[in-house]
Amino acid sequence: MGSSGNKVLEVKNLSVRFDTHQGTVRAVDDVSFHLDEGETLGLVGESGSGKSVTNLALLGLIPNPPGVIDSGQVLFENTDLLKLPIDKMRQIRGNRISMIFQDPMTSLNPLLTIEQQLAEVLEIHRGMSKREARPHCAKGLDEVGIPSPEKALDSYPHELSGGMRQRVMIAMALLCEPKVLLADEPTTALDVTIQAQILELMSKLQKDHGTAIMLVTHDMGVVAGQADRVNVMYAGRLAETASTTDLFDRPMHPYSKGLLESVPRLFGDAGDDLFSVPGQPPDLADLPSGCAFQPRCSFVVDSCAKARPNLTPQADAAAKTDRLVACTEAERVLAADLAAKNSAGGAS
Amino acid sequence: MSEALLEVRNLAKHFPIGNVGITGRPHHWLRAVDDVSFNLNRGESLGLVGESGCGKSTTARAVIGLHKPTAGSVKLEGHELAHLSSREWLPYRQRMQMIFQDPYASLDPRQTVGSILKEPLTIHKIGKPRDRRLRALALLDAVGLNPRHLNRYPHEFSGGQRQRIGIARALALEPDILICDEPVSALDVSIQAQVINLLKELQERFNLAYLFIAHDLAVVRHLCSRVAVMYLGRVVEVAERDELFQSPAHPYTRALLSAIPHADPVIEAGRERIVLEGDVPSPHNPPSGCTFHPRCPERERVGERCSSEAPLLVEKDGSRFSACHLTD
Repeated sequence: MGSSGNKVLEVKNLSVRFDTHQGTVRAVDDVSFHLDEGETLGLVGESGSGKSVTNLALLGLIPNPPGVIDSGQVLFENTDLLKLPIDKMRQIRGNRISMIFQDPMTSLNPLLTIEQQLAEVLEIHRGMSKREARPHCAKGLDEVGIPSPEKALDSYPHELSGGMRQRVMIAMALLCEPKVLLADEPTTALDVTIQAQILELMSKLQKDHGTAIMLVTHDMGVVAGQADRVNVMYAGRLAETASTTDLFDRPMHPYSKGLLESVPRLFGDAGDDLFSVPGQPPDLADLPSGCAFQPRCSFVVDSCAKARPNLTPQADAAAKTDRLVACTEAERVLAADLAAKNSAGGAS
Repeated sequence: MSEALLEVRNLAKHFPIGNVGITGRPHHWLRAVDDVSFNLNRGESLGLVGESGCGKSTTARAVIGLHKPTAGSVKLEGHELAHLSSREWLPYRQRMQMIFQDPYASLDPRQTVGSILKEPLTIHKIGKPRDRRLRALALLDAVGLNPRHLNRYPHEFSGGQRQRIGIARALALEPDILICDEPVSALDVSIQAQVINLLKELQERFNLAYLFIAHDLAVVRHLCSRVAVMYLGRVVEVAERDELFQSPAHPYTRALLSAIPHADPVIEAGRERIVLEGDVPSPHNPPSGCTFHPRCPERERVGERCSSEAPLLVEKDGSRFSACHLTD
C-alpha cells in the first residue's frame, strides 16, 4: 500500500450505454478517475451502480451489442486503450493489465488442467513453449500459497476448492507481473475465513511487486482494510472520491453517508434499529430528474431536481488527499458529520 | 426461562452419495448435520451461523420437515415432529413458516402478489375468499408495501420488495416461529438495513420466534439475542449475543470473528487477524476427533486428544455452551 503519486491509469469522461428493450441504460455516465502506481483504489457501490461495467470497459470487454462505449479515454502508458485495435489490446490484457473475476467457479475452463490454463498466458505473452512455461507456472502457484504446486498443475478446476481456485486466478493474473490489477469482487464468493486468506495474500503480493490494484466491491469492510482511496458510485456516476480514512470518518456525499451508516457493525450498540436509506435504487432506464439520489436524500434542496451535480473539489481542512464530491450540499453533510461526532464525544 | 417453544435434540441429517450397492445401501454418507441440539423460546431470536457447507440450511430444513431427519427429535411444545408424514405435518406448518434466501426463485413468477399471499390461507382452509383478500391487503401493509400492488406480478418488484412479499407470505398463517434462511444476504446494504429493521419490528408486533440462519455475523448481532455457531455439521458454541461477540470461547468462533472485515479503516489497520490455514474439510470425509483440529490455532496446547476424541458441547457458565477440549 501507499502510492508514489504517479498516475499509471487515467480514465477521462467514460460513458457506457446499453440499448435495451426498456430503453437506453446509461450504466456509466461521464466517469473520470485515476489510479496511482502501487496504490489500491476501491470502487464501491450497490448492484447496478456501474462498478463492474466501468471495470470491463477499461479492457474493452463490454459485449457489443448491446453495450456501446459512448465517449471517454482510458490512458495507460501514453496510449488510449479505447482506441486500440483488438490485436494490440490483446497484448495488454493479461500482460500489462490483468483482471480477477468474482466467480472462481466459472472463470476457469473446466476442461483444461490448471497447467494448460496458466501456461497459455506465458505462451501468448512471452512466447514460451509448454515445457519452458511449467516451472514458471509452478512458481506462480507457490507464490499464492498453493500447497504442492506440481500436483495442482496437473489438476482440473473441479478438483480444487473455491479458495484454491481463486488463488489460481490470482496466480494467472500475476504471471506476467502486470502494472495494474483489476479485481472485480475477488472475495465475494468466498467464506470469511478464506476471504481473510485471499485479502492478506493480495496485500503481500502488492507489496512485493508494486502492482496498482483497482478493487471493485460492495463490502465496506473489505474496502476499509484494503484501499488507500475510494470511489463511491451511484446510478452510473461517481458520487464521491476520497482517501479511505477521510471517507469513513467524514463522508461528504449523502449517499456515502447513508451507505456507511446502514452497514451492520460488529461493535457498538446492537440494540437500536439500523439506519436505512429510504426507498429503492433507481431504474437506470428511467432516472429521476437532476441528481439521481435526490428522491432518497435527506439533505435535498429545490435545486437538486433541476441539474445533476458534477464531481467538484471540496474544502475539508482535515483531508489527506483531494476530496471530490458530486453534491451541492456537501458542506452541510460534512457539518452534520462533525456535529454528530462532537455530540457523541460530549456524551461519552 | 419459560418452557421452550421448539426443542431440537441430537438432530442428524445424512445424505447418501454415490452408487447403491447390491445390499441396497449406499457406499458413503455425507454427514451434513450431526448431533445438533438447541432450544428456541417464544419471542426469541436464535442466530445459526457458520460458513458454507457447515449444515446451517440443512438444519433449518430438517427442523421444518423439508428434509426428513436421519436421527434426533424436533419438538414443538412437546409434540414430536421428526417422523411425521407430510399430511401429519400440515397443522404444525401453520405454526412454523419459512423465509428463503433468494427473493427471485422463491416467488412463483406466474402468480400475482395477491394470489401468493392467499395461497397459504387456501391450503389451510382459513376464512372465506373475501376475508382472504382483506388479509392479503393487511399483510402488504404490515411489511411496508403498497396495498394497491395486490394484482402485480413478482417481476415488477425489486429484490428488497420481493423479500417483503416473501415475509408477508410467511406471516399469512400467523405463525409462532419463522425460520429465516439467509433472508438478507442477496440484498444490497441499504436495502438489507430496511429488511432487518422490518424483521425486528414484526417480531415485536407479533411476538415471533426467529431461527435466523446467516453467514454474516454483523447482521446476526443486530437481530438475534442468542447465537449458535456451526462448523462441519456440528454446533461448536452457543452463547448470549454480547457474550459471544465480546468473549468468544471456541477457537473457531474467535477465528471467524477475527476474519470479518470491519467497516472502519482505523480498526482495520490496527488489529491482529487470526488467519486460519487451509480450507473447510469436506463433510464427506471429516477429520477424526474434533473436526476443526487440522485448522485450529490452539491444537498444540491440548495435544493428541483433539485428533482422537470429539469434544462434546458442554455447559460452561449458565447460558454458554462450547465444544472444545481446551475449555473442558
